[in-house]
Amino acid sequence: MLNVINKYLDKLEAQGLSKKEDSTFLAVDADLFCNRQTGDDIACLYEVLRMMNVSSLLFASPSEPYRSIIRQIVERDSECGAGNIIVPMDCETRTFFHDFPVVDDLNPVAMAHALSRRKAVIISNLGIVTHGAFTPEQAYISFSSACFSMFIKYFHDSLVYFDNCARNGTRIDTDYVKAFIDIARLSVVVMRRERVALRSEPPRTEDDVAAMLMEAGRAIVTRRLVDSHFGNISYIFKDHIFISRTGSSLDELEHDIDKVPLDGSSSVGITASSELSAHKNIYLKTGLNAIMHAHPKFSVIMSMFCKEAGCDRSICHKLCAKKRFVGNTPVVSGEIGTGPTGLAGTVPAVMEEGRGVIIYGHGVFAAERDSFQKPFDMLAQIEENSRQQYANAISDLLKHLLDSPFDGFAESG
Amino acid sequence: MNGYAGKYLKVDLSAGKVTVAATPAGLCESYIGGRGLGVALMGDRITHTYDYPKMPIIFSTGPLVGTDVPTSGRMSVVSRSPLTGTVTDSSVGGCFGTELKRAGFDYIEITGASKEWVVIDIENDSVSIVTAGNLAGVNIFDLHKLIGAGHSFAAIGRAGERGVLYSSIMIDGRYAAGRGGLGAVMGAKKLKAIRVKGDGMISVADPECLAEATEDIMRLLRASPAIFGEFGIAEFGTAALVDLIHARRMEPTDNFRRTYFPEATRYSGHQIKTRYMTEKTGCAGCPILCKKTGLRGEVIPEFESASHFGALNGCADLQTIVEANRICNDFGLDTISAASTIACYAEISGIRLTSSKLLSMLIEIGNREGLGSALSEGSFRYACSRGRPELSMSVKKLELPAYDPRGAYGMALAYATSNRGGCHMRAYPVGCEILRKPVAVDRFSFEGKARMIKISEDINAVADSLSACRFTFLAAGLEEYSRALNAVTGGDHDVQSLMKIGESIWNLERRMNAANGFAMSDDDLPARFFTEEGSSGSAKIPPIDREEFLRALDNYYRIRGYK
Repeated sequence: MLNVINKYLDKLEAQGLSKKEDSTFLAVDADLFCNRQTGDDIACLYEVLRMMNVSSLLFASPSEPYRSIIRQIVERDSECGAGNIIVPMDCETRTFFHDFPVVDDLNPVAMAHALSRRKAVIISNLGIVTHGAFTPEQAYISFSSACFSMFIKYFHDSLVYFDNCARNGTRIDTDYVKAFIDIARLSVVVMRRERVALRSEPPRTEDDVAAMLMEAGRAIVTRRLVDSHFGNISYIFKDHIFISRTGSSLDELEHDIDKVPLDGSSSVGITASSELSAHKNIYLKTGLNAIMHAHPKFSVIMSMFCKEAGCDRSICHKLCAKKRFVGNTPVVSGEIGTGPTGLAGTVPAVMEEGRGVIIYGHGVFAAERDSFQKPFDMLAQIEENSRQQYANAISDLLKHLLDSPFDGFAESG
Repeated sequence: MNGYAGKYLKVDLSAGKVTVAATPAGLCESYIGGRGLGVALMGDRITHTYDYPKMPIIFSTGPLVGTDVPTSGRMSVVSRSPLTGTVTDSSVGGCFGTELKRAGFDYIEITGASKEWVVIDIENDSVSIVTAGNLAGVNIFDLHKLIGAGHSFAAIGRAGERGVLYSSIMIDGRYAAGRGGLGAVMGAKKLKAIRVKGDGMISVADPECLAEATEDIMRLLRASPAIFGEFGIAEFGTAALVDLIHARRMEPTDNFRRTYFPEATRYSGHQIKTRYMTEKTGCAGCPILCKKTGLRGEVIPEFESASHFGALNGCADLQTIVEANRICNDFGLDTISAASTIACYAEISGIRLTSSKLLSMLIEIGNREGLGSALSEGSFRYACSRGRPELSMSVKKLELPAYDPRGAYGMALAYATSNRGGCHMRAYPVGCEILRKPVAVDRFSFEGKARMIKISEDINAVADSLSACRFTFLAAGLEEYSRALNAVTGGDHDVQSLMKIGESIWNLERRMNAANGFAMSDDDLPARFFTEEGSSGSAKIPPIDREEFLRALDNYYRIRGYK
């Protein structure tokens, strides 16, 4: 069990979410395992575990920029504060987490109470605590998603705030701006820009396909275009779609690829990604057979930043009639999976060769022929374009509001 | 009491009397409803034999039944199993639970035994016991035509009348309260059927909050490949699992002598859908509609039935499998126990049954005649009578379903610890180990499985008490269902408070079994799984390491506080 705990602590550190020395991970079967023996928080966490019928508990102070982001949200968001909740509007949160309760401090009763309602809880000024009902992996996934959601919420809400100030002539909070700039500088660490070379020639065998999927999956994770077990990837080869399994980590696909016949003659694909139909429909419409789906942060943020008037904002994520773009990339609505508002219908409808698709509040699909190099580059470029567009918008707004420069996401001096 | 009707029906068949009484609020608070309430109501009476007149049979609904909460159209039937002797509840769908609640009753408790065959007729608050000698010997499909119109009904066929120990209670002609032989409890009481019709409404504390909670659940169901995915159970029914279990090399074949049946794809979900041009149907108010009906009205078998009449008995003929399922539904026979008992007979006798012999044997069992008389007592008693108890693939005398434990070690543990015997539904580790929901785990490891099984057992005890369908928990969880429950009842439950109740229900069942002589030594698997390997191929399927299994079991007892 200690191996399992350490595996996920390593992942959190590799993804820049928290350092091992700032994390306490408990797992219990008949015996209790913990990565640390001493610490102020340990007694509290033991007490929480004693009160709950779960298999694991993770408490960590997140790395920057997440730590500062959460502090800002807790201090500033009018809807939250100790005893209240944070409600990000991205798809991951909306579907799987709903909201994040906020607890004042390391109070085991308050923590257990909050964790009895939600999978992840914010401890003001201290960190995030999550639980796993069945496995430590669940605690890790919830921690990762909490960081992702806070990032999306903070940067999206900041852009909306600045834009509203500019439009309404409202006086801007300069302390907020200062904190925002500091956080923007800290956020450079989450943006990876290195080029990744992937196999360019088409596969000859099924083993080649599997190797390509594993290589491309690792690249998506290394570039931080997706968190924990989200995202999916597929390749259509000889009348079968080879696709990552539901709940798999894209950097660990060796035993997690499903081979599904395109003619629907086997239901072995019941364990395939929840976006199997979207992948299949993209292929059937366009013939593009190397398909990737990731959750790059600024693409998600910019997809949610919309100035259309007169819409019912509560349904944008599933029903949007407007033609929207982030740069040249179309933005569509669509919930996870199939059904009348599912992205299995909305994404393929606008997918074209040479152009990806952003799903409102969710992520990006990119597809090409024969190799994952182009869709990967497309994903990365869409994210870079989105980040640049975000930076440009902020820059214009701060210049207008404060006549103050914003140097994008340049590293601090 | 929002979510509850506040009343129940007390029927004494010996006295021919029907009383309406107040639902005990304290028990609802402690055990919610459905399974939990039914088990709690059994109380000390659990030590009676199943056919003793004072033994109750309880049809119990939960507070979500009759509301808009997804998959809440279910109920539990509770009594003591004639087959195993354990306390047994059977969660079942159809419309009966919903109609009963709408008629104004949270549950029906039936005791006594009638001198002649009767039907209990419920139409809103009008309840009567009607003599029904003319219905004796009538099987389910004809019974449906005679008395089913405009009502939901729970009935037994000839199998239940004649005391087949694994006879089922059939709801609305196709939904089986199957495992454990509760049909024979009704048969011992000479209770042929219960008809119910209700048009009342269920009061809900906070309709707006309920709508939000419902949408949260639906969003998760839509996102789940196992539910609404292209190959999910909404599309193919549970037969969607045939291809997957086949690919994982854990399909019980030839009485569990092997774990791979090359011809299994001939009765896959896709084959069934194509050949029978299936349409969807399901329990009252369910959005999933996992049940399938053929174009000519054929009732499509569930995965367990298809696999057990298929691979377990070496039969690849889809038509035979569909017909076997039809016979079981018509007579009211549990398909898993029936198929497994036949497979046990085949191995002991050293023969392979033809399709026609398989079908004729089912009819003999249903009529309890000829060879069927010996087989009607289940595989364990039959195998013992032949001096080969080790060839009954059962736990606590309940035959194992269609997941070979050598292919999923959490399942191995769950079969052994199940309170009602060899059952996959108590913990349902199929979710994590095979379907990867809510999280994927290594199926060939016991690490962490003891606590996982314990937690799953508690959660599912709650699910059966709410009542909600097990399948929905492949997508949503108690996090979403606790909010739905609070919206309906006005209560303040959360995941942990509900799991405490689940734990109480589980431990109560265990104490009841202990009162009937069950001990830790009964928590075990047939020796075959520790000594014989499965059918290895793309995956290696060794025998289960007995020492590791016992260590996991010991961990389970420690976690449960039994040691």
